[in-house]
Amino acid sequence: MKILVCISKSPDTTAKIAFTDNNTKFDTQGVQWIINPYDEWYALVRAIELKEKDPATVIHLITVGETDSDPIIRKALALGGDEAIRINATSGDSYYTAAQIASIAKEGHYDLIFTGKETIDFNGSSIGGMVAELLQVPYLSLATKFEIKSTTCTITREIEGGEEICEVDLPLVVSCQKGIAEARIPNMRGIMAARSKPLKVAEPIAVTTLTHIDRFELPPQKSGVKLIPVDNPEELVRLLREEAKVI
Amino acid sequence: MSVLIFIEVANGHVKNSSLEVISYGVKIAEKLNTTAHGIILGTVTDDLTALGKYGVTAIHHFSSESLNHFDDQTYSKTIAALMDKTESKVLVLSNNIAGKAIAPRLSARLKAGLVSGVIEIPDVNNGFVVKKAVFSGKAFAHISIKTEIKIVTLNPNAYQVVVKEGTAEIIQHEVPAMNSAVKIIAVNKLSGEVSLTEAKIVVSAGRGLKGPENWGLVEDLAKVLHAATACSRPVADANWRPHNEHVGQTGTTIAPTLYIAIGISGAIQHLAGINRSKVIVVINKDPEAPFFKAADYGIIGDAFEILPKLTQAFQQLKSN
Ligand SMILES: Cc1cc2nc3c(=O)[nH]c(=O)nc-3n(C[C@H](O)[C@H](O)[C@H](O)COP(=O)(O)OP(=O)(O)OC[C@H]3O[C@@H](n4cnc5c(N)ncnc54)[C@H](O)[C@@H]3O)c2cc1C
Ligand SMILES: Nc1ncnc2c1ncn2[C@@H]1O[C@H](COP(=O)(O)O)[C@@H](O)[C@H]1O
Repeated sequence: MKILVCISKSPDTTAKIAFTDNNTKFDTQGVQWIINPYDEWYALVRAIELKEKDPATVIHLITVGETDSDPIIRKALALGGDEAIRINATSGDSYYTAAQIASIAKEGHYDLIFTGKETIDFNGSSIGGMVAELLQVPYLSLATKFEIKSTTCTITREIEGGEEICEVDLPLVVSCQKGIAEARIPNMRGIMAARSKPLKVAEPIAVTTLTHIDRFELPPQKSGVKLIPVDNPEELVRLLREEAKVI
Repeated sequence: MSVLIFIEVANGHVKNSSLEVISYGVKIAEKLNTTAHGIILGTVTDDLTALGKYGVTAIHHFSSESLNHFDDQTYSKTIAALMDKTESKVLVLSNNIAGKAIAPRLSARLKAGLVSGVIEIPDVNNGFVVKKAVFSGKAFAHISIKTEIKIVTLNPNAYQVVVKEGTAEIIQHEVPAMNSAVKIIAVNKLSGEVSLTEAKIVVSAGRGLKGPENWGLVEDLAKVLHAATACSRPVADANWRPHNEHVGQTGTTIAPTLYIAIGISGAIQHLAGINRSKVIVVINKDPEAPFFKAADYGIIGDAFEILPKLTQAFQQLKSN
């Protein structure tokens, strides 16, 4: 089985969010980049677990990004995976990125594509579904469990107000979230081995973006917390009703 | 050229959360000087003409039991075909589980620009620009959709339902035979509980509650408020609470109108999941807890002491 794991880089959650160029660009100064948590903790780790069970499994990682994505994709390779592909392009919008991934996926005849549930910077939750449509394969979103026997996958996924267990045949795209994998950290051997694992750089295919970010905006500062005396919960109830009007 | 709104049904009834999307879609239609239509897949017991009072002029109904279960491939094919037929140029969906599964498919299929999780009516004076929260609620982006067909998914609780007058015309459609690639083995519903992502009010607790045996206090409060319950990550990791209640950077992202956080310190990874709540109330015994900086209202004190009193105070309000 060949698995393609989609890896994106995102600013560390503690990063200060600021913008430059008239609020049109994210200010990357001093920003620590991490592997998007959903991609690392859930998509990649589950793929590694599957390979541990069946050593014949091949795992490739893919990222759409410029050279500054190299440390991230290398770190992902250190966690596990056989080789990585970086599409040498700025990820213009979700569709642009999805089209790049779908093109590689088609060429590489992958059986299974794992994405994270969403990126923590743009919170699109879109790329998995787009890739699935471009490949005309099923898309199982928000999976919390994934098992496979021969070519049939048994997947538990979140649905509104509960969960559903379903069966679907390869090939397919799965977006991964909490529950699907055990958490783990890389061992030293993995980090050393990653240096010799191939990182291929591919040029993007021509794709027109469908959307464009005009500008960013920071939310207004909270005006500060209003404290209510501990012995007067009725006052909180009154404020929520009369001032905030939320109950 | 009209606006098409994807309306969801559950157990034969139009979902309450869909009313927000309807109102939102109708407002866009007004701005574009056109009409708003709805699409409903599956069998329904409600009187659909009544949806006219939210401003939709027509409902396209694909009434078939085969569509009662959500399937992203058949749903998106059906919606795409209708958009083509009715020449709809804007599609509006909820940014919920169904919306997140079908909107990207339709975007790729129709080469239609998608912005997910929008929170305001688009600016249509210069193109079509929509606002959404990015960086887990720490900023907003104004994104223009450049394509002729536009798709947006609206965040739950981001737009107020508007009641008007009118009745909708019901247009029945033939349901084409389609096979689902996905075979459902079992569905486990969390019965009776309010869905976390769609809840207006969420009551959430952290390690300050000391142990799972104390969650009765949290549930009692949630009950009087018809709220969903949530928790911090360590609480889910320790199996004090089910994993689907975990909110934050690595859990669920929510945007209720009221978020009540009890015994949660307010770590940045937790805030990432709840930042977009309209009003935040924090109950913590430590006045230095970072959560107070993100809160609108706060009580400094012992949760075990405050919770029963607070529950009672809300109860009082309800019974008045
Ligand atoms: C990469 C990464 C991702 C993460 N993702 C998430 C995530 O998605 N969601 C998440 O929640 N966390 C996440 N975390 C963990 C996060 O950093 C915090 O450790 C966690 O949120 C703390 O949980 P807590 O507030 O329940 O516990 P604590 O930090 O232990 O805080 C307990 C609070 O309860 C108060 N308290 C104690 N007793 C009482 C009492 N009797 N009455 C009132 N108050 C009391 C204390 O003053 C304290 O503020 C993540 C961490 C990392 C590194
Ligand atoms: N630039 C990228 N390169 C590769 N994969 C990506 C990229 N951006 C997003 N993804 C994948 O798509 C998932 C969903 O992203 P999004 O739709 O942007 O929220 C992420 O969790 C990743 O697995």
